[in-house]
Amino acid sequence: MSSGTTPWGQPATPGRRRSWLAAGGTAAARLLALYLLLLAGAALLLALLTPLAISAVLITRVLLRQGQAAMSSVTAKPGGYTIHPVVVPVGTGPHMLVRLAAGGLLLLAGLAVTALLLPLLLQAIRGLAWLARRVVADWSGVPVAGRELPPPGTQYAPAGYWRRLGWLLSDPATARDLRWTVLNSLLGWIPTLLPAGLMAVGLIGFIGPVAGFAVPPPAFPGNSAPVLAVLGCALILLGLGSAPWLLRGYGLAAGVLLAPAGQAELTQRVQHLAQTRSEAIDTGAAEMRRIERDLHDGAQARLVAMGMTLDAAGQLIDDNPAAARALLLEARDSSVRALAELRDLVRGIHPPVLADRGLADAVRALVLDCPLRAKLAADLPGRLPAPVESAAYFAVSELLANVVKHAEATQAWVDIRHWDGTLRVGVSDNGRGGADPARGTGLRGIERRIAAFDGVMAVSSPPGGPTAVTMEVPCALSLPKISSC
Amino acid sequence: MRVVIAEDLFLLRDGLTRMLEAHGLEITGSVDNGTDLLKAVTTARPDVAVVDVRLPPTFTDEGLRAALAARRAAPGLPVLVLSQYVEQLYARELLAEGSGGIGYLLKDRVLDSAQFVDAVRRVAAGGTAMDPEVISRLLARNSGDGTLAALSPREREVLGLMAEGRSNAAIAQRLVITERAVAKHTASIFLKLGLQPSDDDNRRVLAVLAYLAAERPD
Repeated sequence: MSSGTTPWGQPATPGRRRSWLAAGGTAAARLLALYLLLLAGAALLLALLTPLAISAVLITRVLLRQGQAAMSSVTAKPGGYTIHPVVVPVGTGPHMLVRLAAGGLLLLAGLAVTALLLPLLLQAIRGLAWLARRVVADWSGVPVAGRELPPPGTQYAPAGYWRRLGWLLSDPATARDLRWTVLNSLLGWIPTLLPAGLMAVGLIGFIGPVAGFAVPPPAFPGNSAPVLAVLGCALILLGLGSAPWLLRGYGLAAGVLLAPAGQAELTQRVQHLAQTRSEAIDTGAAEMRRIERDLHDGAQARLVAMGMTLDAAGQLIDDNPAAARALLLEARDSSVRALAELRDLVRGIHPPVLADRGLADAVRALVLDCPLRAKLAADLPGRLPAPVESAAYFAVSELLANVVKHAEATQAWVDIRHWDGTLRVGVSDNGRGGADPARGTGLRGIERRIAAFDGVMAVSSPPGGPTAVTMEVPCALSLPKISSC
Repeated sequence: MRVVIAEDLFLLRDGLTRMLEAHGLEITGSVDNGTDLLKAVTTARPDVAVVDVRLPPTFTDEGLRAALAARRAAPGLPVLVLSQYVEQLYARELLAEGSGGIGYLLKDRVLDSAQFVDAVRRVAAGGTAMDPEVISRLLARNSGDGTLAALSPREREVLGLMAEGRSNAAIAQRLVITERAVAKHTASIFLKLGLQPSDDDNRRVLAVLAYLAAERPD
């Protein structure tokens, strides 16, 4: 054992460092406790199988008796011995049918008892597996993933039998826990019993006779007292030494068997969600700050200036009407500029045409305003969710602006369609290419924005062009609203 | 001149009414939704309808659709559409019929009452009033076009004002040049763009707008 850590991964503090003998003892005891859990699981499995086993035994007995009866009737036939089936007495026919019916009934009874016990036993097996998860994780230091879902129904209105059974059978955790219980019952006794077994054999079988217990010494050549004592100690030490490792191995196996399927995928997904969420929040906060700044420096400042101009005009109006008139005209121009600024601001927040008409027409408006020859092919039979619409609109807007600014293109194409639960937007041009998401913050920003909707972006832009950017965002399409006008 | 106003904000409806009345126009109806507009144009038979794009109940492009519906209900009805923002897309939809009597202006334009009333009268007379912002975007869109690049700066200026729907006389006044000079520029523009010259102001405006809005082959 290395100096820094124990085999179960916890750093050993130098001051309170347990001797490895004590650690081995603890581990062996814990393995024994796990063996008890194993026994409980095996008992539950037996309980699950017992009714079926009993009915199977009974059925076999019934059918065997039937066979014996038939046989005896054959052998008892006077006048010789023939095994031809035709000679079976007619009188045994209904007898056999009755017996077969009894066998069937027994089978049904076995199945019925199993079915009645099933929810209870499955629940117990799951409970035991849950206990194993916690205990193994605590003791072995190997984290065992998995979360117990609450059963259907509430504390005050428990779910009925069928609903409970349905939930138990449909929850993948049930199959997982059952598999664990079966495998554990079949194989788990090896690691759980091995250290204690070794120690017991060493203590009782080898050291026992030496210490004067009434135990016969093991019979092998050269079994003198010192040899037995040394071998016994060696077995005990082997048991103690192996216990922590076996416990850890047991924990690893339990971790693999008890962890939900696709755990790795889920972990990845959670990381992705956490990242995109924080990015979405950052983007939203940055937007808010920009809007606040724009309002503060723009429309608000203009309104203040307008108020002052109007005040000045009010003071001048009697003495110098001409100057007052000039000031009033200035105030009017100021209000026009303030309106224009507010309009631009609104366009940047949520373009009115997008709210009015949806993505296809809003992008059509963008394409119309594009100084390049731009073409739009759109196939959207309904409206997209508003946030997706907005993200896609600003993505296209930014991509078209990029084409105008950087691509030296003469033509751009925008393609929008919704198919198979996914919005696909393509923006391409015949420019000089060389667009790189790693360098441009614009492309990276678009990628971030659509990532919040689990969207992905692919950029193909070889030097010399052409450039094609494709985005895919999974989303639903709502049917168009019936117009009231 | 009889005007119907459709505007859902009371303050603006009231302001428009007072301003138009101050300039001697008669307000025969002021409504706040598209359905009432349709009723008003069919019963009152106004000379022009002034319609806000955003009307209840959806507060989207209700007014635009109501305006187009009103033109179908009362064929040839001049309509001036007002909006807090302008879109080429909507201008095209309004102009799609190819006939005159169409206006599409930013609401800001009402601040210059003389210009605004002039636009109302122009539209009522079957002319066109396109917002300078729409026109500048149309021109920007055509800036890559070689034909437009062949125009002199002055000609481009005249083209823009003409596309807004102004008469030669108004353009002359605006640019402080003689009407004859405007006519000369106009003739030159039409020649360079390959358009049929016409003496009719309205038809000229529509031809220029159609040229600017056209989808040209690659």
